[in-house]
Amino acid sequence: MLSAFLASAVETVEALTIVLAIGLTRGWRSALAGAGVATLALAAVVAALGPALTVIPIEVLRLVVGGLLLVFGLQWLRKAILRASGWKAIRDEDAVFARERAEAATAPDEERAGVDWYGFTISFKAVLLEGLEVAFIVLTFGSTQGSIPLAAVGAAAAVILVVLAGILVREPLSRVPENTLAFAVGVMLTTFGIFWGAEGAGVDWPGGDAALPGVLAFVLLVSFAFVAMLRRQRVAVA
Amino acid sequence: MFWWDFIVGDDWRVAVGILLAFGLTALLAATSVPAWWVLPLAVAAVLWLSLVRAAR
Repeated sequence: MLSAFLASAVETVEALTIVLAIGLTRGWRSALAGAGVATLALAAVVAALGPALTVIPIEVLRLVVGGLLLVFGLQWLRKAILRASGWKAIRDEDAVFARERAEAATAPDEERAGVDWYGFTISFKAVLLEGLEVAFIVLTFGSTQGSIPLAAVGAAAAVILVVLAGILVREPLSRVPENTLAFAVGVMLTTFGIFWGAEGAGVDWPGGDAALPGVLAFVLLVSFAFVAMLRRQRVAVA
Repeated sequence: MFWWDFIVGDDWRVAVGILLAFGLTALLAATSVPAWWVLPLAVAAVLWLSLVRAAR
């Protein structure tokens, strides 16, 4: 649930920046319609794939889920480590917001089905693309832990929290420590990916489930060590 | 292209490395040799190589 919550928080901040830019520039009707339809599409993906996953044998499920979590987790972790060590620029929500507003202001007006088409499609794509990974995390964590609804509640809680904050401040949430959250998500996805993936491949962990904190400590240690090593390398190059 | 970016991401070598590590783990797990250490070490190695390439 915590992984789904944190991943959802990061992706919602990113999607909110674009929806806010569209809403303030092109009007709220198209921005909210696009975001609403995309949210329904994501809920449909979870509702359709969730029951299908429960009929897959647990060993196969762990192998597939472990592999997916590892691939996703390493993408998050790689990006977060590069940002934390100075090799990649920290995502700047204010800059993204300004760029999206400038593009929205110059885009041509075209009305379809009673909404501004540009505003609708940009808002729809932002929410769908940012949310798809969260939907996969909800499905993978939920199916292996036996409760997709619980993982979905975690993700939905983050969406509500971030959107409420966005409504209150009416500007991009640039003070949210996105990279720290992304680092935490990467560590968790990688840890569970290693644990379940190895079990799916036929491994018996020493100590059974008690090995999970050990895997978590290993992933944390390795990640912090890599940040420190790359930081030193960055300083030496500069 | 979308699914490639979504699943594989910026560095395809990471996905290939993970697949190979899963294969080695499954092979070792079928013998009497303990296999639990393969995946953590492989993940650390694959991540470090990918980071070094990105930081060049």
